[in-house]
Amino acid sequence: MSPRPGFVLEVDHSTPPTLFWHGERFSLEKLPEGSRVIYAPEPIDPLSDPQAAIRHALTHPKGDQEPLPALLFAGMRLTIAFDDISLPLPPMERPDIRQMVIEQVLDMAAEAGVDDVELIVALALHRRMTEPELRHAIGDRIYDAFAPNGLLTQHDAEDPDNLLYLGQTDHGEDVEINKRAAESDLLVYVNINLVAMDGGHKSVATGLASYKSLRHHHNPATMLKSKSFMDQHKSELHTANWRMGRLIRDAGVKVFQIETTLNNDTFPGAFQFLQKREWEWKAKDRLAYVGASKALDRVPARYARQILHSVKAPHRMTSVQAGEVEAVHAITTANVWEQQGVIVEGQTDILTMGLPYISPYNVNSILNPILVACLGLGYFFNLYRNKPLVREGGVLIMTHPTPWEFNPVHHPSYIDFFEQVLSETTDPTEISERYEHGFATDPWYKHLYRTGHAYHGVHPFYMWYWCAHAMEHLGAVIIVGGDPKSVHRLGFRAASTMADALEMARDVVGTSPTLTHLHTPPILMADVQ
Amino acid sequence: MKALVLSRNIPRFAASRVASILGSGRGAGIGPLQLLDADAPDAPGTDWYPLRPLLSGICGSDLATVDGRTSRYFEDMVSFPFVPGHEVVGILDDGGVDHSGHTLAPGTRAVIEPVLGCAPRHIDPTCTQCGSGHTGLCGNLAIGPLAAGLQTGFCTDTGGGWSTAPLMAHASQLHAVPDALSDQDAVMIEPTACAVHAALSAGITEGDLIAVIGAGTLGLTTIAALHSVVRPSTPCTVVVGAKHARQRQLATSLGADQVVPPDQLSRAVRRSAGSLVLGGRLTEGADVVFDCVGSAASITEALSLVRPRGKVVLVGMPAKVTVDLAPLWHRELTLVGAYAYGSETSPDPGTPDRRSFEVAIDLVGTASLGRLVSALYPLERYEEALAHAGSAGRRGAVKVAFDLRNPKGRTR
Repeated sequence: MSPRPGFVLEVDHSTPPTLFWHGERFSLEKLPEGSRVIYAPEPIDPLSDPQAAIRHALTHPKGDQEPLPALLFAGMRLTIAFDDISLPLPPMERPDIRQMVIEQVLDMAAEAGVDDVELIVALALHRRMTEPELRHAIGDRIYDAFAPNGLLTQHDAEDPDNLLYLGQTDHGEDVEINKRAAESDLLVYVNINLVAMDGGHKSVATGLASYKSLRHHHNPATMLKSKSFMDQHKSELHTANWRMGRLIRDAGVKVFQIETTLNNDTFPGAFQFLQKREWEWKAKDRLAYVGASKALDRVPARYARQILHSVKAPHRMTSVQAGEVEAVHAITTANVWEQQGVIVEGQTDILTMGLPYISPYNVNSILNPILVACLGLGYFFNLYRNKPLVREGGVLIMTHPTPWEFNPVHHPSYIDFFEQVLSETTDPTEISERYEHGFATDPWYKHLYRTGHAYHGVHPFYMWYWCAHAMEHLGAVIIVGGDPKSVHRLGFRAASTMADALEMARDVVGTSPTLTHLHTPPILMADVQ
Repeated sequence: MKALVLSRNIPRFAASRVASILGSGRGAGIGPLQLLDADAPDAPGTDWYPLRPLLSGICGSDLATVDGRTSRYFEDMVSFPFVPGHEVVGILDDGGVDHSGHTLAPGTRAVIEPVLGCAPRHIDPTCTQCGSGHTGLCGNLAIGPLAAGLQTGFCTDTGGGWSTAPLMAHASQLHAVPDALSDQDAVMIEPTACAVHAALSAGITEGDLIAVIGAGTLGLTTIAALHSVVRPSTPCTVVVGAKHARQRQLATSLGADQVVPPDQLSRAVRRSAGSLVLGGRLTEGADVVFDCVGSAASITEALSLVRPRGKVVLVGMPAKVTVDLAPLWHRELTLVGAYAYGSETSPDPGTPDRRSFEVAIDLVGTASLGRLVSALYPLERYEEALAHAGSAGRRGAVKVAFDLRNPKGRTR
């Protein structure tokens, strides 16, 4: 049976309660009759032979690009860069796509007699990955062959000795990327395209860039002109990255882009009910829900977090394409839309969403309040094409406990951002002007980013900028079940129940509002007509 | 007339110390403090004048005395029984002469600079410290015709502010209160003078990063002094750790650049200093830290916040504490006290030296420090007043004072 497409359910009196994520927990909420619930398409069929598909992609490149074997020669410098821990979500069961692709690239390099090969984690300003995380992503064999010899490195956006300035775009944007990558005879980039925002020129122009380069598009002005940044053609973020990517190409950096897409088979075995439509739950799904929710309710949040972060997604590869960046990415984007796209008629007054425990920036960590805001207003709000799901001046209701809690190893500058910056203002533009430089150049944050496992000092700013478009668009943001102190610090409103939140929302949008619930994860993209 | 009188009574001191475990100021109900009938003390000399208290504040050192927690260091610098109260604004019903020899008409409001140094003790020639205007550092606190007492409010011969009966003030102690100042403003002059002295003696230089620990009366007046007295000629950044929401509001309104809860102060200083962190301590830090608490914890924190070769100023009165001084030794820190007041050198070159009190009188007016007076109590409700003062921050208050203007006074 072929997978069913996405679906918009209209709630009536017989519709069972709807599942809402609430951080490390979840609950069932009865939505008002007439509400809409948007469900993602079912997981599309994976590639039956991914190894063959990878081989085919490498030898049959897209666009103006020779097959990979033809680009490899003895004595060359080959650099393989790959996406970091932020993709996919949750981390996928072994073998990870990156491992499968890189193994084949290395096999071809070996056949060609290439012996100067280095691997670079394209982490931009994200935290460095740990050894277990790297082993999971690229496999033990590759890790053991490269890491002990210093041939597996993590991009350092603050290492002046290992950055190369390539010039300025015609918009005055500095382009500075990893020196080894820039000076290689060939840069192979291995991507996982979880959402439509990923990949394309953004892989190299962002993933291997310095702060000096990133600041040109990771800022409030760009975000306010990206509607949405999940839609490449209406995203200033992408436009800037494309300008930079073309400059990188014109500077002589030869990029062989390998992009992959996944199906949205997000949760394994006992958690499969999380990606099913509630009215189709069978007895075992209801039992699994009761068992899981009771268990997670009874353990402290940190243990619930550990349990959920140990879950690996049964994602499977649905496509792989390689070659010239733009030609590859056009196919990739279409494939992402095939899996995630849902046509939705019209906007809504109130958009609800349950926020889960994980975002791209807290794998094996805490979804701190800034990441809560970013996941809701930055990511989920922007999962649209054409128009936002919620109308201008509408209300966004999110469910999450939003504890005043941070991982000091991963997110040290987030603590200071939350304590100091948000206590002064929540306006992204003002924040950018008053505080970004200080955080970006703070020697302690730099030290922790470069030597520990900390996100760069400026990273919480970027998370806040991600929210800029939603903040400008929305009339109010309400978090149900959140720590009121944290919620208020974010500049949002706190409600103890969904009923209270809806009552508060009516004060903003009127007494007979339309309501739409974004039932994600699994990830979906709303094509709002 | 009534006065609160503190007698030497060891068992009662012990009892008050135990009671204070329940909270600062709780020793009042069980300790040696008693409300008694009182008359004005005899004038110790012809240059002494009766000052009838209008308002008299309750200071941290008063609470420590009432609770029996004062350091034994001060034992020989007090004489029993005495009437506490050294933050006083009163009326000179018979007039008098002020510190600079000006005649004060009957009915003049005045505050006292309570240190009982060489001048009130009729010691001539004066000691070196008094001679140079640093009366707070006088060593003759138990010498001369006056009984022992480091300040009015700790001396049996002078009386004190917690009384409806006049205290005796020496001319050298008297400062007239400008008409523009309310009684509430005026009662803040003495603690403000302490803060002025601390701020001006810290050797702050342009561009310094200043951290202030604590935002009670001393913390807030220190912030005001830094903002209004130091900063106009010596720009500096002031970061404050304040425990309670009301304190944070006031600290901000008094000119602090950044005000954070105490558990965030270290991170705030680190950010401002651009410091790294080693073993939980900052590698750099604030140039000057004002500890306006005076506890072992606050001194330890101050030592962890200050940069190498920086200065920690103890503004809050400490007692016997256990503190690891390894960072002081290793980072060549300066730990310095700031007691009372004296003669201040202005940070503005060319400006003549002034008494701390004179600077403070100006400051309470410009910064409206009378607003820090949160509650007034009649003497009869002294237990309640002291308990309130002991938990002021938690209860949203700053300065609690006795209202001696009306025997049937009220709390506000």
